[in-house]
Amino acid sequence: MKKDDYMDLDFSDIEAHFPLDRREFIKLFGGGIVILVSLTDAEALLQQRRRRFRPELPEDFNAFLRIGEDGRVSCFTGKVELGQGIITSLAQMLADELEVSLDSVDMVMGDTDLCPWDMGTFGSMSTRFFGPPLREAAAKARAVLMELAAEHLQTPLSKLKAKDGVIFDKTQNKNQVTYAQLTKGKKIAKKLERKATLKPLSEFTIIGKPVSRTDAAEKVTGKAVFAGDIRLPGMLYARILRPPSHGAKIKSVDTSAAEKIKEVRVVKDEDFIAVLHKHPDEAEKALSKVKAQYDLPEAKVDDKTIFDHLLKVAPERETVAQGGNLQTGEKLSAHIVEETYLNSYVAHAPTETHTAIAKIEGNKATVWASTQRPFGAKEEVAEALGFPSKDVRIIPPFVGGGFGGKNQNRQAVEAARLAKLTGKPVQVAWTRAEEFFYDTFRPAAVVKIKSGIKDTGKIFLWDYTVYFAGERGSQQFYDIPHHRTASTGGGWRGTPGSHPFGTGAWRAPSNNTNTFARESQIDIMALRAGIDPLEFRLKNLKDKRMIGVLTTAAEKFGWTKSKAGNGRGYGISLGIDSGTYVAHMAEVEVDKKGAVQVKRVVCAQDMGLVINPEGAKMQMEGCITMGLGYALTEEIRFKGGEIFDLNFDTYEIPRFSWLPKIETVLIDAKDSPHQGGGEPAIICMGAVVANAIYDAVGARLFQLPMTPERIRAEMP
Amino acid sequence: MRETISFKLNDKPTRLTLDGERMLLWALRSELSLTGTKFGCGEGCCGVCTVLVNNEAVRSCQFPVKDVKGKEVITIEGLANNGNFHPLQKAFIKHNALQCGFCTPGMILNAYSLLLKNPQPTHKEILQGMEENLCRCASYARIVMAIKTAAKEMKRGGNR
Ligand code: FES
Ligand code: FES
Repeated sequence: MKKDDYMDLDFSDIEAHFPLDRREFIKLFGGGIVILVSLTDAEALLQQRRRRFRPELPEDFNAFLRIGEDGRVSCFTGKVELGQGIITSLAQMLADELEVSLDSVDMVMGDTDLCPWDMGTFGSMSTRFFGPPLREAAAKARAVLMELAAEHLQTPLSKLKAKDGVIFDKTQNKNQVTYAQLTKGKKIAKKLERKATLKPLSEFTIIGKPVSRTDAAEKVTGKAVFAGDIRLPGMLYARILRPPSHGAKIKSVDTSAAEKIKEVRVVKDEDFIAVLHKHPDEAEKALSKVKAQYDLPEAKVDDKTIFDHLLKVAPERETVAQGGNLQTGEKLSAHIVEETYLNSYVAHAPTETHTAIAKIEGNKATVWASTQRPFGAKEEVAEALGFPSKDVRIIPPFVGGGFGGKNQNRQAVEAARLAKLTGKPVQVAWTRAEEFFYDTFRPAAVVKIKSGIKDTGKIFLWDYTVYFAGERGSQQFYDIPHHRTASTGGGWRGTPGSHPFGTGAWRAPSNNTNTFARESQIDIMALRAGIDPLEFRLKNLKDKRMIGVLTTAAEKFGWTKSKAGNGRGYGISLGIDSGTYVAHMAEVEVDKKGAVQVKRVVCAQDMGLVINPEGAKMQMEGCITMGLGYALTEEIRFKGGEIFDLNFDTYEIPRFSWLPKIETVLIDAKDSPHQGGGEPAIICMGAVVANAIYDAVGARLFQLPMTPERIRAEMP
Repeated sequence: MRETISFKLNDKPTRLTLDGERMLLWALRSELSLTGTKFGCGEGCCGVCTVLVNNEAVRSCQFPVKDVKGKEVITIEGLANNGNFHPLQKAFIKHNALQCGFCTPGMILNAYSLLLKNPQPTHKEILQGMEENLCRCASYARIVMAIKTAAKEMKRGGNR
C-alpha cells in the first residue's frame, strides 16, 4: 500500500445534508477555492470533493487559540471529545508549539459559534488532519508573540526564548514579559510576515509524553456535563411516538388519554407526534397512553436471508486495486482456496443515547447535542427550522461515546422542531430502544475471496470482492503478483433498497469486515501450505512497517508454532487503518459447547509519531476489548424493518468477565507523521479470534459473530 | 400517589413531595437536578444509574423513590469528602480508568459497595462484582486496576 494512500478517507460516504450551491460553497469555505467549482475535469472534481470535506482551515491563527488576560489559553477546535482523548492530545500539541504549560490550556470543542468549521469527529482524523494546522497556528502565534516581545523588551529576537507562557532574554532572565501582558486578552492583530517553523522532534517537551486525561477529575465527580445534564428554566422533556418497524406508516392515532394528564402537552405535526412534560418519566408515562395504528410493510428479509438478498441486489463491482493478471495467477497456483465470509449487522450502542436540548430565543436557535458532527447538525437543524444557518448554534458538551453512531443528528433536529412548536426549551433523550431502532448499524456484508498459492507457500493469486461493507481496509498488503480487489454496494450506507434500515460508519468502518475475511483466508492458505501462520505471513510480506509490527507482536507474545485441537489456540491477524499498522496475536480457550474465552491479546501498533502514548494505549485496549463483541456476540436480529434487539439484555456487549490479559506495544516511529489511533486496533479482532478458535478446536468460522452455536456447527 | 418522602441525600436531610412510585433516577436527575447519575438503558441492564442506598449499590432506574424513605442515599456528587476525592476517584484518575466517562459514576459507586462488602477482593471477585456494569468504551482493564489500587489505599486507612 502506498504511503499516502488514504483510501480510508472516502468522504463520498459522508453525505452533505445540505445542498452546496456556489454561493454557500464560497461562504463555507472562503473565496480561495471558487475556481474549483467551475472546473469539470475529473481531477478538479476529485479535488473539489476532497476540499469540500477538508476545506481550508482559517489562515488566521486567532481562530484556533486565544490567550486570556489571566494567561490561560483557549484552544478552539471543531472536534468533539467522545472518550477518545483528544481533549488531552490536541491540548498537548497546542501547548508544546505555543510554549505554554499543558494545564494552562482550556479546550473549547465543537461549539459552532466559536470554533473553526470541522467536518466531524470520525475516521481517526483529529490528530492526523486537525493536528498539523493546529500546531502550525500555535507556532505562528508563538512567532508573533516573540516579535511583539522583541519590541516590548527592546531586545533582538535572537536573544529571546519562550517557555511556559513567558518570553525572556536568555542573557538576562529578569528582562521578561508574559503572553498575557503582550496580548491583554485581545485578539492578536499582528500578522506574521515570515513562515512559522514547527518545533523539531528533539525539542518536544509535551508531545510524545504520556499524559493523563485532563477531563478525568470532572468525570469521576459527576461534574462533567453531557447533553442530558443541561437544565434550562421552563424546559420540557419530550417523548416521541415511534413506529413498530422501519417503513411502517401511521394509520390513525388517538392522543386523547394522554392529553387528559395534568401538565402534559401533546404536539402533532403530521406524523411527528410527541408528548412533553417537565419530568422525563412523566412524559414517558403519557406516551404509553397514546394509541396508534400502523400499516406494516411486508417483511422481505431477516437476519438469515439478508446475505442472499445483498448478493442479489449488489450493483456492478468497482475495482479498488489490481496488478498482474488473474488468469496467470490461477495457472501458477498449486492450490486454490475459494471462500465466502459473512458479517451481521452490528450496533454502535454508545452508553449515552442520542440526546439534545434545544432553545429558541428570538430568531436564534441553540442546541446542545451529543453529536460527532456539530457543523452537520447546524445545517440539519437550520433546514428543519427554516432558519438561516448562521442563526443556529450547536454546542456539544461531553459526548458519552459515539463510534460513528453519533454522526447522525436526528435527535437534535427533533429537539429543535419541538422547541419551535412549543415555544419552550425541549430535551429529547432517546430511550435505549430508540437508540437501537434508529441506529445506523454497521452493515451486514459479504466478502468473496479466491486465492492461490504455490507449493512453496508463496501467494500468487488474490481475487477479492467485498459486498456492502465499503472499501476501507479492503486492499491487501501482501506481496502478491496477480491480484484484484473490488468493492460494491455503495459503501457502508448501502444502495437504495439494500438494507431494511439505516446503516453507517462503525468504528473503523469496512475495515473490521475486510480484515476478518482477508486474515482468515491467509490462515486457511497457510494451513493448506502446511506452514505456520506467522512464517507464512512473513514469507509473503515485503512492507517493512508491517513486518515490523508483526515481528514485534510475535516477540512479545512468544509465538510458538500453533497446534490445533486441545481447546486452547493461538491466532494472528494484521491490518492497516487510518495510516496505522497493527498486528494482533491472541490466545483463546474454547469449551465443548463452543463458548470462547479470550485469554490474552497482544497488539503491536505503528502509528508514526505518538502524541500521547498513554492515550494511545488506552485506545488500543478499548479497541481490543470492544472488538470482542462483534467477534463473539454482537448481532442485530430483525425481520424486515422490525428490530428485535432493543436493549443490552439480548444484545450482548463485552463485560468485565470477558476481559483478556491485554498487552500493547507502540512502535517507536517518531520520524513519520502521526496517524489515527482511535480505531486501528479494533480491526483485527474478528480474524485473530477466528484463527485462534480454529487452532483450538479445528472449527473454521466464516460468519461474524462467532456464537457458540455457530462454533459447534463447525466443530469436527 | 403523591407523598412526602424524607431521606438523607449526600449527608443532607432531603424531602421530596412526589408520586412515590416514580424511580429514584428521575427524582435525582429532574426533581433535584443531580445529573451525575446517568441514564443508560432504563431497564436495569447497564448500571450507569447506580447509586448507594444505605451503602448498597442499587439501580436507580428500577428503584421506586418511596423505598428510600428514612434511608441514606449517596450519589457520585456526594462521594468526595470536603473536596477530598475518595480513594476510588483518585485511583480512577490515576489509571485513566475512563474514556467518555458516562459509565464512570455508576462504576465507582458499584465498586464502592463491592469494597465495603469485600475490602480485599481478588481479581476474579472484582470481575464478578462488577459484571453487571457495562462500559461500551471498554475501559474494563483499567477499571479493575483502579479498584485494586483503591482497595490497597483504603486498607492503609485512607477511607476518605
Ligand atoms: S439505566 Fe439503570 S441500569 Fe441502565
Ligand atoms: S467510559 Fe465510556 S462507557 Fe465507560
